[in-house]
Amino acid sequence: MTSILGISAFYHDSAAALIKDGEIIAAAQEERFTRIKHDPSYPANAVTYVLKESNLKLSEVNHIVFFEKPFLKFERLLETYMAFAPKGFKSFSLSMPIWLREKLFQKKFLFEKLKSQDKNFNDIKKIKFSEHHYSHAASAFYPSPFKEAIILTLDGVGEWATTTVAIGKENKLEMIKEIHFPHSIGLLYSAFTYYTGFKVNSGEYKVMGLAPYGKPKYKDKILKNLLDLKDDGSFKLNMKYFNYATGLTMTNKKFSDLFGQPVRNPKKDLLTDFHMDMASSIQAVTEEIVIKLVKDLQNKFKIKNLCLAGGVALNCVANGKILKEKIFENLWIQPAAGDAGGSLGAALAYWYHELNMPRDQYYDRMRGAYLGPKFNDQDIEQQLNSLNAKFSKKTADEISKEVAKELSNNKTVGWFQGRMEFGPRALGGRSILADPRSEKMQKELNLKIKFRESFRPFAPSILREDLKDWFDLDCDSPYMLLVSDVKKEKQISMSEKDKKLFGIEKLNIKRSSIPAITHVDYSARIQTVHEDTNKKYYDLLKEFKKITDCPVLVNTSFNVRGEPIVNSISDAFNCFMGTNLDILVIENFVLYKNDQDKSIIKDYKDKFELD
Amino acid sequence: MIDFLKEFWEFLKERKKYWLLPIIIVLALFGALIVLSQGSAVAPFIYTIF
Repeated sequence: MTSILGISAFYHDSAAALIKDGEIIAAAQEERFTRIKHDPSYPANAVTYVLKESNLKLSEVNHIVFFEKPFLKFERLLETYMAFAPKGFKSFSLSMPIWLREKLFQKKFLFEKLKSQDKNFNDIKKIKFSEHHYSHAASAFYPSPFKEAIILTLDGVGEWATTTVAIGKENKLEMIKEIHFPHSIGLLYSAFTYYTGFKVNSGEYKVMGLAPYGKPKYKDKILKNLLDLKDDGSFKLNMKYFNYATGLTMTNKKFSDLFGQPVRNPKKDLLTDFHMDMASSIQAVTEEIVIKLVKDLQNKFKIKNLCLAGGVALNCVANGKILKEKIFENLWIQPAAGDAGGSLGAALAYWYHELNMPRDQYYDRMRGAYLGPKFNDQDIEQQLNSLNAKFSKKTADEISKEVAKELSNNKTVGWFQGRMEFGPRALGGRSILADPRSEKMQKELNLKIKFRESFRPFAPSILREDLKDWFDLDCDSPYMLLVSDVKKEKQISMSEKDKKLFGIEKLNIKRSSIPAITHVDYSARIQTVHEDTNKKYYDLLKEFKKITDCPVLVNTSFNVRGEPIVNSISDAFNCFMGTNLDILVIENFVLYKNDQDKSIIKDYKDKFELD
Repeated sequence: MIDFLKEFWEFLKERKKYWLLPIIIVLALFGALIVLSQGSAVAPFIYTIF
């Protein structure tokens, strides 16, 4: 038996993953344990967890693979500073001490950290390094159901590469094309995230959510001034407008002058139509780049399967467009497409590429992305008692019937079942659920439960077999990474007066028979629910359908704004008591808010920083 | 440290980026000076450089 531990860390979203003989055993993100969103530190807790799940001690692990190559990254930094010198001295003087003190000696640093977790671990030669984008590509291809595929990775930056194309066949994965820093679609999107006043590396999905409220008025301006986009989708950014290569901000004054407004200060400036138009424009540009890239790959290689990874692959609107254009027959996206998934990719790359192990089973190997911790009944009961919670224990059958009924009565439910998801989406393991038919639900969930901006959309979970009756989509989307429109017959068309509304005003119109999950452009980010990967959630949806004739539920992550998704029983209970959730279901234990001791209710809203 | 230097040399050879070596040596020397100067004994030496 060969075990491989993959680690990603020290930039953002650190994580650990463990595979045994090529089989994915466990994977988790450090933020879930430390409760620090996007925690970049060494993932001590995640490593401890994946080892425990695999019944291994660290000293028994055969190989440990870090997801990127620090020397190569250092080379990129030095060359970039050289190219832009004397500009960028401030950034240089800030980054060099960190590199010279620790980052350059990452192998030793990792060894010491690992040794502090298990004193019997004493073989530094077990530590290996994969390349950032190779890790992404491996995470997208090896667990996919395809024997052969094109793998496209898109993100901010790894070592040098920002965009790569690889061809995967059986256990071989070969890089064939790269676009290098500073030309990056991920950093371009992040520049607009920064400009519209959101946090880089975390607020990108807000820009995507904001886009449908605006019009792509600045698309041509972006294409004309900010980048040179070729027909094959390759591009060069005009670095005159950006500051990220050498400075401490994403954009510069020329960028602000080009669009006529300064960078939005989230503390005092409100979101206006201008920001919505900017969001809409950069989303349209991103889609154009991605579609051009993908079309060119299909023309050149004539392979019918496409795999995606890298942070930009979390842009589910662009993914939906790839599918809609029917460029590739099949599409598979790694659910942990961001840097966290690099840990898994690094481990898989070592197994298949370095050890040259055969790959002969072609089905989705991610186990529904349920790769994190779970709790047994005894643990749950004990912890709930220690938290002074009032609860009752039911059978699985009773749970689905009772919860479905409560949901149909407009109650909101914290749903904590089975293993935690790996990746940024909650998929019915650590979710907040609600009735999508309710007109008020979107506002209520945003303002009273998630404490976040009212424009943010919610996503639906739907029984796979009912998908094509409700949405313009008919393929599996188990990881909530595809966006599609609500079926025409379920839509409610807007009156002439409604059509004239702009921006947030659009929110107040009922747009379909499932308004809580229908975005202002009639789109929805869909999760298909499958009996074989999450039976309990599947049964709940079935019961809900029996009562309401609607096989759809609102599914949002179990957390509040800025908080990592809940991981432990106490995280779930604290979030339940700190928000306006009505019911909490942890495995077979049900808790009603009305039964709880009101004195335990906490002020939860301001506990986490706005992102 | 020797292992690190060996690996870094291998890296430079592999990437054929020998021209990075002087930059790295200078950076390392300055780094070392900064660390040492915190003990103040080397401080006059730094002043004469600048």
